[in-house]
Amino acid sequence: MLTCKDATRLMSEAQDRPLSVGEKLQLEVHLAMCRGCSNFREQMNFLRLACRRFMQRRNGDDDGSSPS
Amino acid sequence: MLKFAQLQLRDAALAEDAVQEALVAALAGERSFSGRSALKTWVFSILRNKIVDLIRVQSRTTNISALGEDEADMDATFEELFKDNAHWRPEARPFGWGDPAETLREERFWEVFETCLNHLPEKTARVFMMREFLEFETDEVCRELSLTVSNCNVILHRARNGLRRCLEGSWFAPGVSAC
Repeated sequence: MLTCKDATRLMSEAQDRPLSVGEKLQLEVHLAMCRGCSNFREQMNFLRLACRRFMQRRNGDDDGSSPS
Repeated sequence: MLKFAQLQLRDAALAEDAVQEALVAALAGERSFSGRSALKTWVFSILRNKIVDLIRVQSRTTNISALGEDEADMDATFEELFKDNAHWRPEARPFGWGDPAETLREERFWEVFETCLNHLPEKTARVFMMREFLEFETDEVCRELSLTVSNCNVILHRARNGLRRCLEGSWFAPGVSAC
């Protein structure tokens, strides 16, 4: 069984590489049962989104509507 | 642009030089631009390369993977989020952050975001920003900074969790979320 601590590591790595089928399966089973970790995943996705938006704002502050 | 370079390099003088050089290089180029935004993108891509060069040089003189005091503190804080069985302590369990689009529209959020980025230890921040802002693949980041993959993963995990905790404490205060 995956612990929450290990799940956070996998969720971080999922931002950097495709997880293996086994890893994905373990993670999904864990997330289905764990509210804290599914919130953690949402938060990781939020960070990625915020970083992208941050760069868009830097890049074209006069035209925030068009991501390049 | 200057602010961006400063965020990455944590050195005002170095950042100023990098931006200036990028602007000069962009203007010296023979390219023509269809508009303001094309020019901006071009200058930015030059700046990105300058920043990476500087980081590469810095990484030769400092050991990025060495665990500093700040990093050790972050790891200790992370460990405290969990019970002995490695599951979340109830009070540390991540909560829902609501609608991302709404948050990202708030001007004040970006101030908090930058503050939290600046709170990250320098070396941790550098690896994170190379990955997320300069959009390098993780194996490129590792290679450029001479880190092992597992080292890279540890640093990125530390950065993400640090940023997450900072935003949770400074912006998404507990109990305020709608659900």
